[in-house]
Amino acid sequence: MDLRIGWLYGHEMNIYGDRGNVLALLHRARGRGLEAAVEVLGVGDAFEPERYDVLFWGGGQDREQISVSADLMGAKGRDLKAAIGGGMPMLAICGGYQLLGDGYRPYEGDMLPGIHALDITSEAGPTRFIGNVVVDSPEFGALVGFENHSGLTFLGPEVEPLGRVRVGHGNNGRDGFEGARYRNTIGCYMHGALLPKNPQVTDWLIGTALERKGGAAALPPLPDDVESTAHDAVVKRALQLGR
Amino acid sequence: MISFDGARAVAAMTANRAIGAAIRRTGRGGGTAFPGMVATRIAPDLLDQLAARLPQGAIVVAGTNGKTTTTRLLSDALTHAGMGVVHNRTGSNLVRGITGAFADQMPIAGSGPDIGVIEADENAFPEVVRRARPKVILLLNLFRDQLDRYGELETVASIWRPVIQTLDPETTLCVNADDPRLAWLAEESPARVVRFGLTTEGGGLPEMPHAADAAYCPVCGARFDYDAIYLSHLGAWRCPSCERERPELDLALSRVVPDGFERQTLTLRGWPHVEGVDLNLAVPGLYNAYNALAVAAAAHALGLPVEALGAATADFQPAFGRLERVDLAGRELTLTLAKNPTGFNEVLRMLNGAQPGSGFDGTVVIGINDLDADGRDVSWLWDVDFEVLAERQLPLVAAGIRGHDLALRMAYAGLDPCRLDARVAGEPFERVVEHLIQTTPPGGRVFVLLTYTAMLQLRAALAERGVVEPFWEQ
Repeated sequence: MDLRIGWLYGHEMNIYGDRGNVLALLHRARGRGLEAAVEVLGVGDAFEPERYDVLFWGGGQDREQISVSADLMGAKGRDLKAAIGGGMPMLAICGGYQLLGDGYRPYEGDMLPGIHALDITSEAGPTRFIGNVVVDSPEFGALVGFENHSGLTFLGPEVEPLGRVRVGHGNNGRDGFEGARYRNTIGCYMHGALLPKNPQVTDWLIGTALERKGGAAALPPLPDDVESTAHDAVVKRALQLGR
Repeated sequence: MISFDGARAVAAMTANRAIGAAIRRTGRGGGTAFPGMVATRIAPDLLDQLAARLPQGAIVVAGTNGKTTTTRLLSDALTHAGMGVVHNRTGSNLVRGITGAFADQMPIAGSGPDIGVIEADENAFPEVVRRARPKVILLLNLFRDQLDRYGELETVASIWRPVIQTLDPETTLCVNADDPRLAWLAEESPARVVRFGLTTEGGGLPEMPHAADAAYCPVCGARFDYDAIYLSHLGAWRCPSCERERPELDLALSRVVPDGFERQTLTLRGWPHVEGVDLNLAVPGLYNAYNALAVAAAAHALGLPVEALGAATADFQPAFGRLERVDLAGRELTLTLAKNPTGFNEVLRMLNGAQPGSGFDGTVVIGINDLDADGRDVSWLWDVDFEVLAERQLPLVAAGIRGHDLALRMAYAGLDPCRLDARVAGEPFERVVEHLIQTTPPGGRVFVLLTYTAMLQLRAALAERGVVEPFWEQ
């Protein structure tokens, strides 16, 4: 069986090591003997949702986010929203996460519109949240990452939070939650990159993708000593440094 | 007659010297930033006054990577040309550190050095230029730095722009035209512009590294095409939409040939004559070739003899922690600092060797810390092309506070688990040193690549054993 990964705006939005998420998907899919491949989708490229088994979308600098938002204002954005509604497994980080929702309202100027696939809205905040984060997820256990955002995200009733913040600030620094869950999509602010040190999430994305293609969601186990040692070291470091 | 400002300057310089000497007596370092801060409190315009005294004026060097090496090499070339040089050589590159170094090295009265060489921090650059009023400005590059500290690249470019736009027409602006952002900044300058870049055949990159930025035209937003990519986003670029392209170069390196793992030969064209002159450079790595080219551009702008440049490159002693060699109980350690993804990529590329057989052979130690001076975020590890290192399957020791993050990165880069040693990851550097002695046979070679505070900690551990000087000037 094969796994085709669609990397949305991999050239335009690729800061803070979010590429590590794609490397993790490849590594753990190939570890199971899958033929895994990545296709980068850029501004102006056509999006054919049926080509992909799993999607990834990372964070970007402001300038690039504006051109990406514009790129999604037609059929492309509608198709992506429909794919997410149809259960496409997807991970979106930071800027990608924000644009999955209603959009991003800066301090000045017009709202940067999103695709309304997730019931979330984001706006500019007064401070930048920077630091290690530990998030307790009912689904995935303790997740580790690094947040670096001044945008605040608020969840509507149609989505669930990804988890509760143990260390860090999360979506908005107020309600104690981080990220959003909707169908098979995860959106959050966790760089780090997220997937390498949280292999249970990587495996869930791969398993869900295979299940949708008629395979078994349960993957054969892979050794993950290096992953779990790195994960535990970050939990320790985050607790040591605190908020 | 000493004016009021002059009297304040004398008081400031006296305070600077007394505090600097006191700090050095405690053995805590070169001591320029703190005394400089006190001196600038007493005389806020001390740097303006001291720079104005230099008969040949000052040269300000800025960019995200290579400032320390470039200013040291430039300072050496000026010395070889017979000039007296004042230079913030310890790399303390904010206004207070520069002021401290100048106040320390210049006489309180009477004639002093001929020329000033200033390494300026990216964010301090506008104030440094305003105060030092340099005759020559040298802009090296703008790579993605530690983003949690400096903000986005656009921000740096935007604080530089007004400075560049309002330079005195008598100033010479030397820019690396292979960096599209810098080439664009220079277009808007009234100054005399000297453009430098590479024109080597081969030796380029097959594609843009993942850590690269600025692949988009700053004017129209289109993605650049490249005829050649030399390093990160540096290369012969061309905008497919607005038809802007790398401008004609005044100075270029047409050939870069490694001379073993330790040296390289560069062919410089455009100065002193078009056909080219060979320079031997005593440090490897394409990034160092770029640094030497930048120095050539400044030397050309200052009218130095090319022989002074050649003497400086051939004898160049890198700064502490930049390919510094250390003997640890018979093991040969090479220590190098990398502060950002591009720095890491270039060192890894150098380890691989530009030609088969010219690469490093031995054990590699990579130490990653996450203190403030390193950048708290280590996410960038996933932007560095560690795959090029993993390909050669050299044994690797993962070290530093975030050593386990590095171990995971190397595992995902394809390093064989039996080549990956994470036993001292997260341990203090004293343990790393012991571990290296235990695991490396005498005569063995070890290449050590570290983030900033990891370098400080390793050096402290090596100093304990008496194999390096007890304090480290950056």
